[in-house]
Amino acid sequence: MDPSVSPLLDVQHLTTVFDVAGRALRAVDDVSFEVRKGETLGLVGESGSGKSLTAYSILRLVQPPGRIASGRVLFQGRDLLALPEREMRKVRGAGIALIFQEPMTALNPVFTVGDQIAEAMLVHGLATRAEAKRRAVELLDAVRVAEPDRRVRDYPHQLSGGMRQRVLIAMAIACRPSLVIADEPTTALDVTIQAQILDLLREMREAFDLSMLLISHDLGIIAGSADRIAVMYAGRLVEQGPVRDVFRSPAHPYTKALLASIPSGATGRRLKAIEGSVPPLTELPRGCAFAPRCPDALPQCQLEPPPIADIGPGRVVRCFACSPFSVLR
Amino acid sequence: MPLLTVRNLVKEFSRSRGWWGRPSVVRAVDSVSFSIEPGETFGLVGESGSGKTTTGRCILRLVEPTSGEVRFQDRDVLALSREELRRTRRDMQIVFQDPYSSLNPRMRARTIVEEPLVIHKLGTKTERRERVAELFRLVGLDPAHLDRYPHEFSGGQRQRIGLARALALNPSLIVADEPVSALDVSVQAQVINLLIDLQERLKLTYLFIAHDLRLVEHICDRVAVMYRGRILEMGHTAALFRSPAHAYTRALLSAIPIPDPDTRPTRIEWDASSVDLRLPLRQVDQGHWAAI
Ligand SMILES: Nc1ncnc2c1ncn2[C@@H]1O[C@H](COP(=O)(O)OP(=O)(O)OP(=O)(O)O)[C@@H](O)[C@H]1O
Ligand SMILES: Nc1ncnc2c1ncn2[C@@H]1O[C@H](COP(=O)(O)OP(=O)(O)OP(=O)(O)O)[C@@H](O)[C@H]1O
Ligand code: SF4
Ligand SMILES: [Mg+2]
Ligand SMILES: [Mg+2]
Repeated sequence: MDPSVSPLLDVQHLTTVFDVAGRALRAVDDVSFEVRKGETLGLVGESGSGKSLTAYSILRLVQPPGRIASGRVLFQGRDLLALPEREMRKVRGAGIALIFQEPMTALNPVFTVGDQIAEAMLVHGLATRAEAKRRAVELLDAVRVAEPDRRVRDYPHQLSGGMRQRVLIAMAIACRPSLVIADEPTTALDVTIQAQILDLLREMREAFDLSMLLISHDLGIIAGSADRIAVMYAGRLVEQGPVRDVFRSPAHPYTKALLASIPSGATGRRLKAIEGSVPPLTELPRGCAFAPRCPDALPQCQLEPPPIADIGPGRVVRCFACSPFSVLR
Repeated sequence: MPLLTVRNLVKEFSRSRGWWGRPSVVRAVDSVSFSIEPGETFGLVGESGSGKTTTGRCILRLVEPTSGEVRFQDRDVLALSREELRRTRRDMQIVFQDPYSSLNPRMRARTIVEEPLVIHKLGTKTERRERVAELFRLVGLDPAHLDRYPHEFSGGQRQRIGLARALALNPSLIVADEPVSALDVSVQAQVINLLIDLQERLKLTYLFIAHDLRLVEHICDRVAVMYRGRILEMGHTAALFRSPAHAYTRALLSAIPIPDPDTRPTRIEWDASSVDLRLPLRQVDQGHWAAI
């Protein structure tokens, strides 16, 4: 990694809140990470940890009562949060494409898949109608849909779940974005289809020189597909680093516990569980959000949120017990 | 002697094809046979729509099978009268996948857990009260929370309530249909451990339906792989995972994502047209069967 090269996407202190009952609930809280050119960053965390909301915030798609409260989202050097909406529309699709979590709701049931792929190119003025039609067939072929010239005329309900996900990937790459955000692209699919889609995403990344933000709650998927990993818990990014380092020597107690709880055939029958459950946004503790479940909690963990600390090359962690300054405090 | 024996179970659903088409018949379960020993955990895996849930529901006669045989504790389940079935159901309970929709939101946790006891007219009011508190403790919930409503519990706690309700009548068989797949990753392990503990303490037998193969490998003694309503392979979990005999099982196992950045699985593609899916199961090894 050359530190002088600025990252493709640089998210700085992003905070997105929900204004509910006179309170601003921090669903994404001071989140910072970057995606470098050509790499895949895996964003992992359990349900409600703020993964999708982070993606929506980057693309400025947050709906009220949600609102981006602070932070910067630098994409190719420009702060997306300061861009006029007209400019932002160009970024969506042509600069950053989003593959949504639910494949069925992301496709329009009344248009053929060919029309929907072509539409994206037409909106961005990237092709004439005839070109867009032809490219739609090529794209379906690229995402390995058999008989693409026939399939372009199919409606979404005529496709299997795996095929719909391929169509969404084709739509995502249609406008040649430089960054693709894939939000749980395989969660609704069977394992065999899931494996094919993950292979396809890897292949597309090579073929179209894409960078990727891959969102998943499944550490297995992240391990096989990402170069670096960022772990979220209750709206905060708790650990970040090269995927190999984090899997080999996790630093944050939550990451450690999560990795230890993965069932593996060899370990016998009982699993190493994490006691308790994720606190709801309305009841977040004052200090570290993981404190009520943390085996390593210190007295100060209850009092204030831990700061972000560098703990090695490219590795950051947000925890009192693993910060190099913890001895000084 | 097995606790449960399923023989040539078939369930067909008729589905109308469009507005004018003739109704077509879907064989959701197609000649399924297996048996489960007392105290065993038997896993049923397979892709979405392969017939796992329908098999589980047929065993409890929550849907009526089209044909076949289900023997439970030496009773012919499909021949039972309504009243006999009601009594037999005390011994067979089901836990559902979705802890959000499977509990009545307007009932207090206490009422939900007590309901089976009331339906079966068991115990006095005081005895039932005690039993409900005992069940709450058994599944690791605080009896102080008995008067709460489902939405006041977390997902994992709701699944525990479902389990307490299923255990109320002291069943011997529990059909657990994807009991943890709707739960947070960090909570799944808790519920799995609870299932294991309860099995030891109460000598339970599980039919464990799941699509997470890592989980199945971890907790099932034996496993059956379903595909389009049929069992394609069945055997002891370790043996089946070590040396899968059917091409579909091999493809399925090769698709499991491995939580280790340094291990890339070698993907095996599955082509349904290359295999005769109608082949009967034959023994390929001690206790290991495959439709090859
Ligand atoms: N309208 C709303 N009011 C208050 N809180 C909300 C609202 N919409 C979403 N949230 C909260 O925002 C948080 C972030 O949710 P988000 O969808 O980003 O999670 P996620 O990590 O993508 O989870 P999943 O894995 O389930 O997709 C959640 O805690 C959710 O409860
Ligand atoms: N009530 C019903 N009427 C018509 N068809 C049904 C009905 N219930 C199930 N089916 C069909 O039977 C087949 C098997 O469904 P089943 O729910 O048993 O699968 P499953 O293996 O449990 O899948 P999943 O993993 O998605 O839960 C499917 O094709 C399904 O569409
Ligand atoms: S800050 Fe404290 S409570 Fe939070 S993870 Fe670290 S040690 Fe545990
Ligand atoms: Mg999400
Ligand atoms: Mg099912």
